[in-house]
Amino acid sequence: MVSLLVHAAEQGLAYGIAALGVFLTYRVLKFPDLTVDGSFVTGAAVASLLLVRTGIDPFSVLLIAFAAGACAGLVTGLLNTKLGITNLLAGVLTMIMLYSINLRIMGRPNLSLLRASTATRLVSIAWSPLGSLAILTFILLLTFAIKLVLDYFLRTELGFALRATGDSERMITAQGVNVNTMKLLGLALSNGLVALSGALVAQYSGFADVGMGLGIIVTGLAAVIIGGALIRSNRVGLMTASVLLGSLIYRVAVSLALRYGYTVGFQASDLKLITSLLVIVALVIPYMRERRLRKVPSC
Amino acid sequence: MLALDNVSKIFHSGADHVEAIRKLNLSLADGDFLTIIGSNGAGKSTLLNLIAGGVLPSTGRILLNERDITAVPAYRRARSIGRIVQDPLAGTAPEMTVAENLALAMKRQGRGLRLALPRKLRREFTDQLATLDIGLESRLDCPVALLSGGERQALAVLMATLVPPKLLLLDEHTAALDPANAAMIVRLTESFVDRSGLATLMVTHNMEQAIAVGNRLIMMHRGEVIHELQGNEKSAATVDDLVDLFSQRHIADDELLLKRMPETASVGT
Repeated sequence: MVSLLVHAAEQGLAYGIAALGVFLTYRVLKFPDLTVDGSFVTGAAVASLLLVRTGIDPFSVLLIAFAAGACAGLVTGLLNTKLGITNLLAGVLTMIMLYSINLRIMGRPNLSLLRASTATRLVSIAWSPLGSLAILTFILLLTFAIKLVLDYFLRTELGFALRATGDSERMITAQGVNVNTMKLLGLALSNGLVALSGALVAQYSGFADVGMGLGIIVTGLAAVIIGGALIRSNRVGLMTASVLLGSLIYRVAVSLALRYGYTVGFQASDLKLITSLLVIVALVIPYMRERRLRKVPSC
Repeated sequence: MLALDNVSKIFHSGADHVEAIRKLNLSLADGDFLTIIGSNGAGKSTLLNLIAGGVLPSTGRILLNERDITAVPAYRRARSIGRIVQDPLAGTAPEMTVAENLALAMKRQGRGLRLALPRKLRREFTDQLATLDIGLESRLDCPVALLSGGERQALAVLMATLVPPKLLLLDEHTAALDPANAAMIVRLTESFVDRSGLATLMVTHNMEQAIAVGNRLIMMHRGEVIHELQGNEKSAATVDDLVDLFSQRHIADDELLLKRMPETASVGT
């Protein structure tokens, strides 16, 4: 049971980085970006290829994966802002294009990292005194560092402009900001984070697979929505913390469902269905609650 | 400082078109405060939109401080042109707090990776908001969505003027407010314009306001300036004078229309 929870926490935090990316587009920029299902795999594919073929250390590989994901985000952004394709369709198109590109990067549908020196493997050796908690500690530190950097960014002048772009394009244009530039920036950062998450998950699970990104958007949304329902705040630090918390809770729930779900007849293949149902429930509850009682303004 | 040189704007919809602005020439000197009145469809809002860059002219040129800005995108013009529109929801970001909105207005360009809302700035905002005298200084961390229309518009005025622009555009910015709030917003705007002496264009439906405020007044009709009042002539004018001027023109137009009717079967003005 303990090891199940530790593994769930490791995954929750690793996927939590992708959830932070989804948070950036869905919540901050109000741009429903479906690129992530592709860019997650791009991150994993780039990382795996570099680890198998080159001597680049596994930590730098995470940064390179971030850059690759950012490029994918830029493609969606350019399709939307320069060519006028609607946001949903732009994301879907990039996602589908990435499927082929990811296969090109890996050269085949999956790459094994069994013999590569991955970040998680290095850490579990270097931090062996921590025993079975070494990998969790590493992922926790990495995720938290990313959260803090993201928090800082969202409090800068540029971060404010990004948030205002999602809030009111008219208002921020009148303040001298090019909303198209902001969308490109937001999509690049978001998909960069998602790809970094993909690179980390690939190293953690020891392989990259072309299908591993399927449903990342839903997983990310689940984290954003569960977290948002638990912690209601418009303070940046609390919002990003809620996303990570949501991701953790989601993974624990999934692990328990996979471990004990057979007692009620669930199969592993039911996961995507259950996840989506969970997201629907999480989306509907605040909507219903809003309709029943209007929140009294506190200020 | 602002010059419109033979500007026209034609809106097309399918085979139909409307000439919203017709060969309009207008120039504004530093410190000019111009009020604009006119019936619906006279082209008042289109005129401000052309200056702000929301729409591009079909013909003609627009110059700001001798620089041709005809093709400059709206967000870039916003660096030197402040604008407040009728809808109080349009000038502020609802999910962000009062302080965050003000912080957004502190920079018109060159946004970077410095913290947007350091403590020092919060104190400055508290002082600035206190001058509005509507209690916003104690609500710095309140999301703007929870403010009333009047409060949001007052915030928008403060935001448009926090970093003084070169030119201020007011597009019926009191029209959506109740009389008390409208009066407050007019006072705020006037006191700011007086202090900074910056060139201002104000569209209004309120003729009294149009006479009382500013040093110049133009009357627009069907995309053209049909009359202009300045200085003493303007301050001596009454609402009745304006209505007379207006109805003369309307009658003339109607007569014109009636005369034209028999010749053209369907008149699509």
